[in-house]
Amino acid sequence: MNIKDYKNVWIFAQAQRGKLSPTAYELLTAGRKLADDLHEKLCAVLLGHNVQNFAQDLISHGADVVYVCDDPALENYMDDTYARVLAELVAQYKPNKFLIPATNMGRSLSAKTAVFVGTGLTADATDVTINPADGQLHATRPTFGGNLMATITCAKTRPEMCSLRPMAYEKAPAQTGRKGEVIAFKFDATKYVSPLAKFVEFIQSKEGGLDLSEAEVIVAGGRGVGSKDGFKLLEKLATRLGGAVGASRGPVDSGWIDYRYQIGLTGRTVKPKLYIACGISGQIQHMAGMSGANVIVAINKDPNAPIMKAAHFALEGDLHEVIPAMLEVLH
Amino acid sequence: MDYAINEMEQEVLNATRELAQKKLKPLRAEMDAKETFSKEMYEEYRKSGMFGLWLPEEYGGLGGGITCLAMAFEELSRACAGLALTPGTSALGAIPMFLAATKEQREKWCPDLASGKKLWAFALTEPEAGSDATALKTTAIKDGDFYVVNGTKHFISTGKEADFYTVAVNTNPARGPRGISLLVIEKGTPGFSFGKKEEKMGIRTNPTYELIFENVRVPKENLLGSEGRGLLYLQETLDYSRPGVAAQAVGIAQGALDTTIPYLRTRKQFGQPIITFQALGHKVAELAAKTEAGRALVYNLTHRMDTEFLPAVKNALANGTPVHDELKKLKGERWTKYSAEAKLFCSNVAMEVADECVTLCGGIAYMRDFPLEKYMRDAKITQIYEGTVHIQKNEILTALIKEYAAKGDEE
Amino acid sequence: MHIVACVKQTPKSDNVKIDPATGCLIRSGTESAMNPFDEFALEEAVTLKEQVGGKVSVITMGPPQAEAVLRDSIARGADEVFQLGDRAFAGSDTWSTSYALSKGIEKINSLQRVDLIICGKQTNDSDTGHIGPQISAWLKIPNAAFVKKVVRVNEKSIVVERLTEDGSEVVELNYPCVLSVVKEINKPRVRSVKGRMQAKRATVTVWTADDVQADKTMLGINNCPTRVVKSFVPKREVNATIVAGANGKEKAVKLVELLKENNYI
Repeated sequence: MNIKDYKNVWIFAQAQRGKLSPTAYELLTAGRKLADDLHEKLCAVLLGHNVQNFAQDLISHGADVVYVCDDPALENYMDDTYARVLAELVAQYKPNKFLIPATNMGRSLSAKTAVFVGTGLTADATDVTINPADGQLHATRPTFGGNLMATITCAKTRPEMCSLRPMAYEKAPAQTGRKGEVIAFKFDATKYVSPLAKFVEFIQSKEGGLDLSEAEVIVAGGRGVGSKDGFKLLEKLATRLGGAVGASRGPVDSGWIDYRYQIGLTGRTVKPKLYIACGISGQIQHMAGMSGANVIVAINKDPNAPIMKAAHFALEGDLHEVIPAMLEVLH
Repeated sequence: MDYAINEMEQEVLNATRELAQKKLKPLRAEMDAKETFSKEMYEEYRKSGMFGLWLPEEYGGLGGGITCLAMAFEELSRACAGLALTPGTSALGAIPMFLAATKEQREKWCPDLASGKKLWAFALTEPEAGSDATALKTTAIKDGDFYVVNGTKHFISTGKEADFYTVAVNTNPARGPRGISLLVIEKGTPGFSFGKKEEKMGIRTNPTYELIFENVRVPKENLLGSEGRGLLYLQETLDYSRPGVAAQAVGIAQGALDTTIPYLRTRKQFGQPIITFQALGHKVAELAAKTEAGRALVYNLTHRMDTEFLPAVKNALANGTPVHDELKKLKGERWTKYSAEAKLFCSNVAMEVADECVTLCGGIAYMRDFPLEKYMRDAKITQIYEGTVHIQKNEILTALIKEYAAKGDEE
Repeated sequence: MHIVACVKQTPKSDNVKIDPATGCLIRSGTESAMNPFDEFALEEAVTLKEQVGGKVSVITMGPPQAEAVLRDSIARGADEVFQLGDRAFAGSDTWSTSYALSKGIEKINSLQRVDLIICGKQTNDSDTGHIGPQISAWLKIPNAAFVKKVVRVNEKSIVVERLTEDGSEVVELNYPCVLSVVKEINKPRVRSVKGRMQAKRATVTVWTADDVQADKTMLGINNCPTRVVKSFVPKREVNATIVAGANGKEKAVKLVELLKENNYI
């Protein structure tokens, strides 16, 4: 592998079920800066079926080139099919850096692709920069549940791959009239589809409600919420503020709320504009998932709870008294 | 103090402590409030091998004895005496079967008993036959290859949830107590139904039901031992099971102390932790000493029992004979008095400790949010079931009189 | 069915302490245990074994003391345990680690055909989630990550439900395949008495890189593609505004005012 042959910064634009993932715009922000620092192009890779219409959107948001792999075989995400197509693209076009969103899909896809390609991968980075001395990618990521940050490089192989934590970067703004190149990647899909695995069906989340990763306001509850019914109160506030409900680990373990709402090291990472932590003590494991919120409000009976020190607004009080009162004022 | 004398007993303590911490404690308050059986906990017990502790490895058990059973029951009851009854009553229901069963019966029932796939329960008490078990009115009249059972049992622990019921019946009412026999009756047998579900003071997570038998045809292969020997098997069963109740009582007392002492250490009144008030501190010391005395009584007894029980089981398996027969061959001692003493002492200690702990902690302990009032409610049953404290005194007294009569009036 | 569960010994997550000066993990006094996410992987393997019959083998890569996590696996229901223990493995990143594990699994497969490999979602020390998908890449077999439920176990395939941000997807994978499971999938049992006793007597098979025919130029801190060039303790800023008031209601009113004032709502 001659690493000098590898040029340009790639991002994987995740598209599923007719929607472009908002992470695509975040990766465009991160990738644009890397590409500019390297004086290279920013390229987006789009896989799926009927996804070509997202190409111009990606260009408007900062991509110079979009590789489009549009095929019925790519309708649904299957690890092997996607990873093989990506590996083939990498082999043909030799990118220098490759960012993939650290979504559930991206985590698995990036890992598998890295082995197929034979290169190093950094997981779940929150910050990516180019080292000016050697042009290498410095990917910084939290480890030990956010207790320690580590900066990781991949010196000898290309592309340097990295999955980027959702919400770690702002979404790139659209620029009208921005032009770029769309390259349709023609391939024989049957060559890439694994006969050993098949997609059966997609099951929409039953609970409905707003997806945590898209919510600008999150009202999250901890053990202090006390019960399943307690979460109904939080839901009222979330609905009133146009946001979503989340939880720390305790209530999930107690069965008051579904695991999909868990925020923290063992759950989801969120970065809303406003995060209202109700009855959450603020263990490091929870903080790992929400410390990126723009504004954190803590409502807690215990003034010494760790969350009260990490919050921008700390309210000492019983959530069962405070939230109904807030609802009254907001009404 | 731990009374484990071998690796197996130590691991029983370790396993049940982990089970109590991780599974029982998070569930107990909710299940007590709901007053329902926990299928989830049943499954956990099954996975961790709690039903086979005392059964031979040949049937998928652990090969432990009465001590392992008692230790598990103590540690589980230390967290929740109600949830502890799922394996506890299954053992109680199965002990008479295990003692009296033929090789064929053992092979039929023990594997599913040991794995926990099937739950057992014990049905002796009737509306008219409580402390006086000989007064039982449930009849089982032979009809060809079947017994036709009629009657009602009540206050049956793990009722409706259990699959097999060891039922004390009279197969020959004309002979009175000498007609009492034990039958294994399976749930789902036509004519066998469940009546009232009791609402109880304590051990609320264990369902207590009335069992109704209306012309229930039970295959004669389900008779344990021989007809008319029921009371003998029952006495033997209670000899082995009462130390279990005593162990449960010790667990309840210990659990109450586990909650009380940390609270007394942190609760400040008059500017100091209240445990430093000697009146309170000395009371705690006294309760701890009584609990420890109870524990010593239980395990001293069960270890002695195991020196006989385990060889008898081994011989029964080797010879294809009932365990009861092998016990008789080995029997040097009758346990009735000691079992009764252990149960009498420990159940009184449990009640006293739980009661005093509530008083020591004060108002908070009267509230359901604090896990102490439950111990007081649960403790009470240990003074009642498997023979009330008064019946235990009768057993002790009867044994003493016999003992001294045998010695003659030497003095 | 022969199932291999992959486990790792990691510091207990509750008491990880980092030296703020050096950015290093303070090892002394730090207890190690099975990576909590691996408990779900092993539990699922044991549950499947109970359902359809078969055997559970467990593999780990780590220093000699990592043997403890294998004995713990026995206590939790595993049948056989294997350790990749060789200085050549030390300091491997996920790419090299998954390679080594895949070689170990190939060796296990040569002893008895492997049908299913189950990993935890991620570890609590490195949090990557790479190992499951990467093992499947090395072995060229299908995988599914973020598996929350085993829907059905067929003769030649397994149907699983995996978690996505907007719901879940059901996929069917032929054996052999790799699953990485999330904690929603089960509730790990406690160690049984029998398991605890067996754990002490179990044989731990230790393999070197040569034993599993792993290419040493692909292993260890000097050969793996990535390396850590810097580590540091993140700064946490503290400048909370205390929302004051005579009672909960007053504070609630004040909070809503503050949030509105700053255009947060």
